Amino acid sequence: MLLKKRKRESAEINGSSMADIAFLLLIFFLVTTTINVDTGIGLVLPPPLEDDQEPPPIKERNLMNILVNAEGRVLMDDEPKQLNEVKASLIEFIKNPTNDPDLAETPELAIVSIKTQRATPYKIYVDMLDEVMGAYKDLRDEASRANYGVPFSSLQDESPQQEQIQDMYPKKISIAEGGDS
Amino acid sequence: MAHFKKKQAGSKQEIPTSAMPDVVFMLLFFFMVTTVLREVTLKVRVNLTQAENIEKIEQKRLLSYIYIGPERLPGNRLGEDKVQIDDAIIEDIGAIRTLMYDKLREQPKLIVSLRVDEASEFGLLTDVQKELQQASTFRINYSTRREP
Repeated sequence: MLLKKRKRESAEINGSSMADIAFLLLIFFLVTTTINVDTGIGLVLPPPLEDDQEPPPIKERNLMNILVNAEGRVLMDDEPKQLNEVKASLIEFIKNPTNDPDLAETPELAIVSIKTQRATPYKIYVDMLDEVMGAYKDLRDEASRANYGVPFSSLQDESPQQEQIQDMYPKKISIAEGGDS
Repeated sequence: MAHFKKKQAGSKQEIPTSAMPDVVFMLLFFFMVTTVLREVTLKVRVNLTQAENIEKIEQKRLLSYIYIGPERLPGNRLGEDKVQIDDAIIEDIGAIRTLMYDKLREQPKLIVSLRVDEASEFGLLTDVQKELQQASTFRINYSTRREP
């Protein structure tokens, strides 16, 4: 009997092109991936007022009224201000270094109220909010440097130090709905 | 005549490539996991404004987006300011209340990211914010780009 030895085809999958396929997929995902971080100005809205509920009484001196009108002009406590002046006057209002009877009693009591009108440009509003946030950031940084020698942002999240600084300068920002007047 | 024989290195000068598919696959999986393939198709134009004192939001899964801006009409024209949540333009502002309330129940630590076009006016945003207050989604974030 003649047994012909047959050449068996190898049952292995040719793996040489695997790298190519993987590269192709890799490049596809590389191109479609966007690693972006969302950034923005955070804010906490106040709960809605009931109709019969009176707003809590606030001393006038502790309240800084900022009005941004339809033309994008800024009024701070009825004084017209440029956008770049907002930060400095806010810091003065919150800290009140000279114990002015018209400015906030203590930084904890200071409230910033932002009023807008329906036609206020959003860009101006954000710029103004940015200035307000900047004022608080500067104040917190200053307090943090004085107490712990590091800027506020390098304090650990939810640490007692961070909470202490936050209690010193709480961000009390109220967004009042705009009248059309 | 003397013969100078070129000295040859004993070892072969080849990089072993057998591990290359593994490396490539590892990278591939990384990018597959980080890729978000389907972004919301924007029906409104949103050019974000810039600001300096901004915070990063690390936990993206807490976020829910609301887009406000002029509606994109066919032929590169822009219509009136509209509100878009997820994939649909919301015509009835009052519907935002229930929409956001449902989202809040799914994710109690919800942060609403307001992506508003820089050229839009504040009025529509006020209405949306009032609805958010009613839905008790109080944590909001005005999305901005970092000032260069």
